[in-house]
This record gives sequence, structure tokens and C-alpha cells, in this order.
Amino acid sequence: MAQTKLLRIEELVLHFNTTQGVVQAVDGVNFELDSNRAVVILGESGCGKSSLAKAILRLLPRNSGTYTGHIYLDGKDIMLLNDEEFRQNIRWAAMSMVPQAAMNSLNPVIKVGEQVSEPALIHFGVSKEEALALVKKMFQHVGVPEDFIGRYPFELSGGMRQRVAIAMALVTSPSLIILDEPTSALDVLTQANIFNVLKRLKKELGVSFILITHDIATSSELADDVAVMYAGQIVEMSDAHRFFDKPLHPYSQKLMASVPRLHTVKEPEFIVGRPPSLVNLPQGCRFADRCPARFDKCAQNPPVIEKEGRKVKCWLYA
Amino acid sequence: MVAAINANDVEKKDRSKEVLLSVDELRVWFELRRFGFGRAGYVRAVDGVTFDVHYGEAIAVVGESGCGKSSLMKTILGLYKPTNGKVVFDNQDLSELDSKGMHLYHSQVGYVQQDPYGALAPFMNVQTILEEPLIVGGVKSKVERKQRVCKAMEEVKLSPVDDFLPKYPHMLSGGQQQRVVIARAMIMEPKFLVADEPVSMLDASVRVEILKLLRGLQETHHLSVIYITHDLSTVSYFSERIFVMYAGNLVEKAKVRQLLDNPKHPYTMALLTGTSEPDAKNAESFKEIPPGEPPSLVNPPQGCRFHPRCPKIIKGVCDVDEPPEFEPEPDHQVKCWLYK
Repeated sequence: MAQTKLLRIEELVLHFNTTQGVVQAVDGVNFELDSNRAVVILGESGCGKSSLAKAILRLLPRNSGTYTGHIYLDGKDIMLLNDEEFRQNIRWAAMSMVPQAAMNSLNPVIKVGEQVSEPALIHFGVSKEEALALVKKMFQHVGVPEDFIGRYPFELSGGMRQRVAIAMALVTSPSLIILDEPTSALDVLTQANIFNVLKRLKKELGVSFILITHDIATSSELADDVAVMYAGQIVEMSDAHRFFDKPLHPYSQKLMASVPRLHTVKEPEFIVGRPPSLVNLPQGCRFADRCPARFDKCAQNPPVIEKEGRKVKCWLYA
Repeated sequence: MVAAINANDVEKKDRSKEVLLSVDELRVWFELRRFGFGRAGYVRAVDGVTFDVHYGEAIAVVGESGCGKSSLMKTILGLYKPTNGKVVFDNQDLSELDSKGMHLYHSQVGYVQQDPYGALAPFMNVQTILEEPLIVGGVKSKVERKQRVCKAMEEVKLSPVDDFLPKYPHMLSGGQQQRVVIARAMIMEPKFLVADEPVSMLDASVRVEILKLLRGLQETHHLSVIYITHDLSTVSYFSERIFVMYAGNLVEKAKVRQLLDNPKHPYTMALLTGTSEPDAKNAESFKEIPPGEPPSLVNPPQGCRFHPRCPKIIKGVCDVDEPPEFEPEPDHQVKCWLYK
């Protein structure tokens, strides 16, 4: 019997209404995630990857328009829940998030220990002492010294604040954590340390991760699977080994070629042109304008093609 | 006009063996005051830095945030006064310049800021932004100013020029904003350019585009460039030499390939280990990263400043005396007792 996936997303759509028109930030996204695995969502800025995170957690801004599709968490469609049920049972209880620039999202006038304990107070209804004991445990997991509980965010370094933000996502022991660019503002060594922490959490606590990033090189530190997002859609989904070895979609190939490397002489390349505006999307394949391998068929919308367990949205493989 | 620029470039090429900028035992300390009175100590942002930059040479300064690399750059640009030591540009000591001399100096150095949006005035359009240095620099003729603006924009590939001239910064993408910043730095035809993390705010593919543009400008105009970054993976495409900075000191100086393929200082080795390359195998193992964080620059540790984190510490040596510069191989200096 096939095991139920931890998370299965089907035809997820999230549009925003703006004065310029409808922004199709997430436009028919499908993917699956097993428990104790990490999927990386790769894409350039403005491809809708942060909106995807918000759509999964139902953190919708006021101007959101169409919001449809199915999100199955442990086999249950959480899109059917009303907002109150969602808040009580899903958000932070079953999945939580480390927002972008999390290190700056801490409240400057509240001690970090209290901030981290807040989700536990609300979701578990425990006493303050119990919550703080839980926080200490979480701090151990992410490598923050226990006595930092009484400190204010400004007393911590960037890396420590990032760890605190991860501890906050962890405190209710959710099965899934969404990380939105967790290390983009950090130094190299701090970055590597944070990834060590995430790897350890995955191994010791069995947490699953959705890692949203534009940094291909560091994303490989955590990835089991890779999904490449372009103009609101996922254009390639593959296991990490085969993806980093040989990506299929021309966009993924171009992205890989743009990564500077330490020990090769080959110069990185850049992708000519810019991603299309999400308000005014082209007909057919959305990457066609910038694609070196384009041919007549690309004027039509490419289907998702399965190739040896990998999925790619490109006519080349039809 | 065009001939004059070429002559300028040719002159720079002819002098490529000469030293353009020389920094000698530079110290920049900031005083910490307590309640406005009494001294509470100093932040030793730059503490004894020595190096030379030749004509037409590109150098990368690599270090983590808070290691003093921006203070070093700002001192070179003449924005901070050195506490000790000197900066010599084109045989002229900066501290001896009067305000007129400083003015002239500023027209010979360009500065590319880290955050392009923050570096551009939101109420000025591209034309005004690019014209301003020319007006300050005393270019009186309106026609000539327009010509030079257009030429600078073509050089950074902001074309068609007429479309971009009336635009305001918020109407441009991040990459285009950074091109405007570069055009502004280049418009006075400087001999020397300081680029402070010019691509850290940009997307991966745009990053490469901007780095290639800077490299192209550097080569055609024989510019000397100091490129500040924390990302080792981009430097090999951009510079001839790398300086690694840690807690106010340059701990290792070497040619790019020498440093990347054969690092000497334990800190450089750690930086290289910390830098990822896209490889699925990364996910299978933990990285060996030295514990802890860079020291406070108010009370740096005695001896080598890296010793509390160093995996190769020699007890009784590293924690007592500050290492001088050793040269284990030609053109490769390292401040570490391992190479005594």
C-alpha cells in the first residue's frame, strides 16, 4: 500500500488583485513531499516562490484574489478548513514557517525566550514555566546557549537571531517547516552553521522542510528533492542527485550554468532577458522568449512530462 | 573627447607596473564614549593593514560582516580619517591633501555601493543622477554633459539610452539600478574603483551579468578595482589577487588560483569549506566549521585573533604573540604562526 504523503499540493492557485491587473503569483502548482524529506523550491526573485509559501500557510495579504486548489496534509485537505480551524490545527501546530529576513522579524522589545515560547503558550495552553522549559530544549536543538533566554534580539548576532527564529518555528513540534531564504543575509560560515543545524534537526527530529531560495549552491546542502519555479509554475521536479548532476529543463540548465564555482576555470553564464511580468503572462511556454532550445511547439502550453520519475514541463521531452 | 579618454586609458596601461594605491600600517579606530564623556575604549575596525594596488589590477577583499572591510574602504575613499598609518594614492599622501586636493581625489575614485536602491536618490531621474558628478566636477557645457551621460549609459548597457534617461530608480529592476550606480561611478573616468558587495542584493543570473560588466569595464579602461565581498565563489572571475580579512587584519594575501587551490591560513580554509558548490552529496554530511563567532573589535583576543576558533592552534604561541606576515611561497603572504 502506498504510504500517504506528508504533503500533497494539487493545482494550487493564488492570484493578487492590483491596480495593474491580476498578478498570477502561483498558477497551478503541483508537488508532493514525503515525511522527513526536504524539498527546495528554486527560482529568481518575482517567480512566486514566497507567495507559494504564503499560499500553503494561508497567510494571505488583503489583496489576494483567486485562491483555489487542494493542499493535502497527512491525507486531509486543509483547504476545506475555515480560517479559525486552520489557525488552531494547522498553522504552527502542524506546519510553521521561518519568514524571510527572520533575524529582523523578532520583536525588539520582548526577550527572545518569551517570543519563542509564545506559540507553545497559545497552542498547548501550558504554563509559562513549562513553555520556557520547552524553549530551553529547542535552544539546545538549534545551538543557542540557554542563558540567551533572557536576552533581547539586539544582544544577539545575526546567526544567533536566525537560530532563535528557527527555534520559534520548532517549538510546537510541527511536522513541516517552511524556510523562506533562511540564510541569504548571513555570512558564509554562519550560513554553513545554520545548514548544519537544519541537517541535524532533520536527522534527529524527523522534520520535513520546504526550503525556498534563489541560491542553488547552498540549497544543495539540504535538498532531497528540487522543484524549479518559473513565472508562477513549477517547471521541473526531480530528486536532488539527478538534478544537480544534469537538470532537464532549459531554464534549470541555465540556472546551473550561472552558478560561480571555486575550482573550475569555466566562467558562469547569465540568462539573457528577464522573467515575464506575472500580470501579463505570455501564451504557451513562459520561458520560450529566453530559451535557447525553443521551437514551434513552444507557442503552446507544454504539458508536464514524466521521465524516469522526474517531472519536467517542456516540449523537448514530449 | 573620445581621443582624450583613449589617451587616458593608454597612460594607465603604460603604467601597469607602477603602484597606484599604497596602504601602509593603516589603523582606523573609533572611540567609544560613555555618556558623551570618558572613553570606554576603541573599536579597532582596521588594525594594521598594509598592501599595494597596481595600475589596472583588480583585487578582492573577502571577509565576514564586521571584519572591518567597509571601514577600510571608506578610509581609502577619504571618508574616514586614519588613526594611524597612511594611504598613498598616485604618490600623494591623502592626509596631506587640502579640501581642493580631496575634491580632485574624489573625482579619480569611483564607488559602487552595496544596495543600489538605497544608493540612488528616489526623487532624481537617471539623467539627473548621472549629471550630478559632472556638475560637481565642473563640466560646464550642457551638451558635453549629455554626451558623457549617454556614453556612460551605453557602456553599462542601459540602452536605448533615451528610454532610461527620464526614469526614476523605482521604475528600474535591481540589475538596472546597479548599472546606474556603476555608470555614476564611471562617469568621471576614475583611475580606481571601489565596489562594496556590488552583487549581494541581486539574483544569481543577474549577479553574473553585473560581475561580467564590471570586469569588462575594468579591462577596457585599465581600472584598478577593489572588490569587497563575503562570497568567495565569485572572486575568481573578478580579480587577480585576493586579500582575506579577519577582525581588522589582512590574514592572507595571494593570487586568486593560489589562494583558492592552496589556502594557507586556517580561516581561509574554513571560508572555503563553508562555501557550497551545487552538489547533492552536500546534504549527506555535516560541514566542519570552526565554532564561535568573530571576536569583538573592542577587545580582540591576545595573540592571533583567530586563535580561539582555530583548529590548528599552537598553544603558548598563537594565544600570546600576534603573528607577523610570513611568506611561505612567492607572492603569498599569510599571518599565521604555522608558517614560521
